[in-house]
Formats: sequence, structure tokens, C-alpha cells
Amino acid sequence: MSVFRDPTIEQRRIRWAWTFLALPIVFYVTIRFWPTADAFVLSFQKWNLLKPREWVGFDNYVTLWNDPVFWKVFRNTFVYLIIGTPVSLVIAFIVAWHLDKVRFLHGTIRALYFLPFMTSAVAMAWVWRWFYQPVPIGLFNNMLASLGFSQVAFLNSTSNALPAVLAPAIWAGLGFQIIIFMAGLRAIPVSYYEAAKIDGVSGLTVLWEITLPLLKPTMVFLVVFSSIGFLRIFDQVFNMTTNDPGGPLNATKPLVLLIYQTAFGGSFEMGYAAAQTVVLFLILLIVSLIQLRILRDR
Amino acid sequence: MAVIETPIADRVVAAPPPRRANWGQMIRWLLLFAGGIVMVAPLAYMLSASIKYPYELFDLNLIPKEPTFDNYREVLGDSRFARWFGNSILIATLVTISNLFFDSLVGYTLCKFRFPGRYIVFIAILSTLMIPTEMLVIPWYVMSSKFGWIDSYWGIMFPGMMTAFGTFLMKQFFETVPDDFLEAARIDGLNEFQIFWQVALPLVRPALAALAIFVFLGNWTAFIWPLIVTNSVDMYTLPVGLKSFAVEQSVDWEMVMTGAAVATLPTLIVFLIFQRFIIRGVVMAGLKG
Repeated sequence: MSVFRDPTIEQRRIRWAWTFLALPIVFYVTIRFWPTADAFVLSFQKWNLLKPREWVGFDNYVTLWNDPVFWKVFRNTFVYLIIGTPVSLVIAFIVAWHLDKVRFLHGTIRALYFLPFMTSAVAMAWVWRWFYQPVPIGLFNNMLASLGFSQVAFLNSTSNALPAVLAPAIWAGLGFQIIIFMAGLRAIPVSYYEAAKIDGVSGLTVLWEITLPLLKPTMVFLVVFSSIGFLRIFDQVFNMTTNDPGGPLNATKPLVLLIYQTAFGGSFEMGYAAAQTVVLFLILLIVSLIQLRILRDR
Repeated sequence: MAVIETPIADRVVAAPPPRRANWGQMIRWLLLFAGGIVMVAPLAYMLSASIKYPYELFDLNLIPKEPTFDNYREVLGDSRFARWFGNSILIATLVTISNLFFDSLVGYTLCKFRFPGRYIVFIAILSTLMIPTEMLVIPWYVMSSKFGWIDSYWGIMFPGMMTAFGTFLMKQFFETVPDDFLEAARIDGLNEFQIFWQVALPLVRPALAALAIFVFLGNWTAFIWPLIVTNSVDMYTLPVGLKSFAVEQSVDWEMVMTGAAVATLPTLIVFLIFQRFIIRGVVMAGLKG
């Protein structure tokens, strides 16, 4: 604001700025930064809320490293990511690519795909849990039975349970990804496609050489955003497996559920749980950085 | 006064350019439509189950032979559900108002003021985006028990009163407000808060709407923190209450589905009414945030 040469006005503006920021700074320091630091500190302590905190060095991390359940959970968390992100992005892109070319009832079809995004994960977990029940209750098995197929154990099977829990998470997120992909597609100048048409380039080449490279910023955003979502999956798992959260035999347990159980599942092992949250933080950080690196470079 | 919007968000809301109808186009449309039906089928079955009597609950027909509102009567007559519904509305509304006010105030300050320390404050707030909520729930819980916030509305609400996402979103949008407008107001003798409140804020109304949608929906569906911080049935939010209700009803699937429908219908109806508006908001928040 070079218009204001008068230092008192300038100073008054600075005072306004800090007045506006005062309460938010208190908020961010006490509700974000201090708890973050506390979580790191707590990860080197032993504490069950009753006795005083006790320093234990790296004990919590050593315990975690030697815990077979942790490695199972670690693996599950990445399976959610490795299946969830590509499957949802491929479906979302295909739908967005075609929906972008459709005019008749465009808004209605878009709404059909978007509606699940407006739902609560808890409610949908129970809906899908019902679908997965065995005959004569569950919708899916009833459909299979009426078509003459044999039943499938969804939530009771150690191999099927994880994909079964993941499905509603993918389903609910598709609408958002489709909308963002369509925004990305619309942002590509029409002249590029016209030039390709004049040059007689085939449809697939246009997709590969024009659309996908120009969609890179959209893709980077969606990959990072949805990966973080799948790595933090909790609501669906917890609600679909309430009898034995994360079961059967820890087959569906993600890291956030392990953290929840360690901290609030009865024994209040706060230090150990804090160490698990530090691991979650590092996973999210590393995965985001790797994805940004790979996707930006290409 | 002109309202500033992003053109791309508008282009998504507008229908695409016309194409000549042909067979390929028709097949494309039919497949897309079929996919859309599959997408809403779970919601349709949830609603269908909520108006069925138990005897035909597990039939595959969507439209019941004998529709009934008994399930709704029972769920909505359950005083706990009314309470959870009220709790969720209250909490989501208050948190949304707080975010609209503080996120835009901070975003505005970081965007339109030049002062020493501005960049550090901006980076500090932005860096909190990298910290997952799950890492903070333990310290928040400890803090809440120390200050007696466990099992209170404030306890449920305090972690979300401001968000870095919202601050960043609003800052991006205030970039589109010309400084000349603010100068003119300054010359007219408005103080800095009046300039923010009366001049700048009305210009970013679409961004405020986008932020409101995200914050409200996020708090309406929030689960893990309300689950941790509430103990008594009266303080549950709708998702936490629904979970306890569903566990208790587990064999009565028509009741579970009715509960799920009650938790889902408000946002679905709001979406169907304000569809264009909400999709534009989601695109704006997604692209700028």
C-alpha cells in the first residue's frame, strides 16, 4: 500500500492485522501446534492417564516394531491405499470423460453419481453391512441366490472382508472425484482438440497425448487427496465390524483403528498410541511427498 | 456490485456443448445412466427398507407391497434420535459459523495486509494441513479432561472452530478482490473491520458458500472425535448415536435402515434442492483449496 506514506496510518493497519490474528493465533498454537508437540513427546512416554507420565525413551517404538498385529495393520493400511486410490481414480476418470460428452439429462446423471458423497460414512457402513449379510438377510447374497450362484462370505471371511469394507469408501468418494475430473477436463482449451481433429489424430491418441498430460495438476490433487483419505480409513471399518472391530482376525484393521483401540479401547495406553500416531503422520508425509515427486516429474 | 466467481466452476455447472445424436452417443448415455442407477441403488434400498414391514424386508423388490411409516414413527418418536439430530444440527451450524468468520478474517488479513511476520503466520497455518486429526485426538482428549470439556458441546466443537483449509481457500478468493475497492472504502472513512465486513466479505459470497458446504457436511458426518469425547447418550451426535442405535438393534435391519435414512436424508434433500450451487462450491473448494 504505497499510497500511505504516513507512518501512523501504516502502523495503525499493522495493529489491525495483529488484532484480527490474535484469537486465531491463540487457537492454532493451543489446538494445533501444542497438541502436535505433545503427541511427539507422549510417544516417548508411558502413561495410562492415572499415574504420572514416565519417560521410556524408544520403548513404545520398539514394542510397536515387535508387535505382529502392528505389521498386519500396517499392511492392511497400505492395501486400502493400493487398491482404493487406483480403482476409484480409474472409475472416476472413465465416468467423467464420458459424462463430459453427454448433454441429455447431464445434471441428473451427475447428481446420481454425486449423491453418495453427501452421505455419512457411518450410515452407509450400516447399509452396506446389511447388504453383505448371508442369505436370507443380505441383499447381495439374496441376489446371488436368486441367480443360482452360491453364497459369498463377505465380512466373515479374512480374504473378502477388506475389499468389502473398502467398497463403500470408494463408492462414496467417486462423486467428488468425477466432479473434479470434469472441472479439469473443461479447463483444457477446446483449440487443442480442434487442432488434433484437423491433424486427423485418433481418439485414443488425443486421450493419451493431450487430455492426460494436461490433466496432470488435477490428477496430482486427486491422487494425494484420495490417498490420504484411504490411509486414514476408520468410520467404515469400525461400523462394519463392531462385534470385533477390525476383524475377522485383524483382517480389516487399519492404523487409525489400532490407534483408537490402544488409546480408548479400555487400557488407555496413551504413550503407545501416540507412537502409533507418529507412525501414521510419517506414513502420510512420506506417501504424499513421494506422490508429489513422481507425479510432478513425469 | 459484481460477485467474483471462478469461470471453471461455472463451466462445470453449465451443460456441455451439444453433440449430434448418434448410436455411439446413445450407448454412451445408456451406460452412464446405468452406472448412475448402480450408484444410487444402495441409497434406494436403504429408503425402501425403511418403509417396509419386516416380512418383506429381505425381498429384492424396491417398492414395498405394503408401505409403512411405522419405522419412521418409531425412530423419530425415540427421544434419543431427536436429541442426536438436534445436537448434530447445533454443532455443525456453530462450527460452520465460526469457520466462516475466522477463516475469512484470517484469510483476508493474510491476503490484504502487509506486515512483518505475515509470511511466517501463513506458513505456520498452512503447515497444520499436514498434521492428521488422528494424531491430535489424544492430546485433545487429555486437554478436554483437564478442562472438563469431556461430554460437552464445546468439547465436540473446539478442534474444528478454525481450519487451515478454510483459511487458505478464503485467502485465495480474497486475491480476486481488487485493492481499489478497499481503498475507496478506506477513503470513505470505514475502519478496517468495517471494510472487511461490509466491502470484502460480500464480494466473496460464493467462496463462503463453498466453505459452508464443506464445513457443515464435514461436521455433520464427523465420527471419530465425537465418539471419543462423548460419554452420555444425550451428548452423542447423529453418527455416534446411529452407531450405538444400530449395535443395539442389530437384528432389526428395518430399524437400522430407518436410522441410517434419518441421518442421510437431510443432506441428500439439501443437495437435490441446491444441486448446481453445491457442485459449483465443491469444485471451487477442490480446485482452490
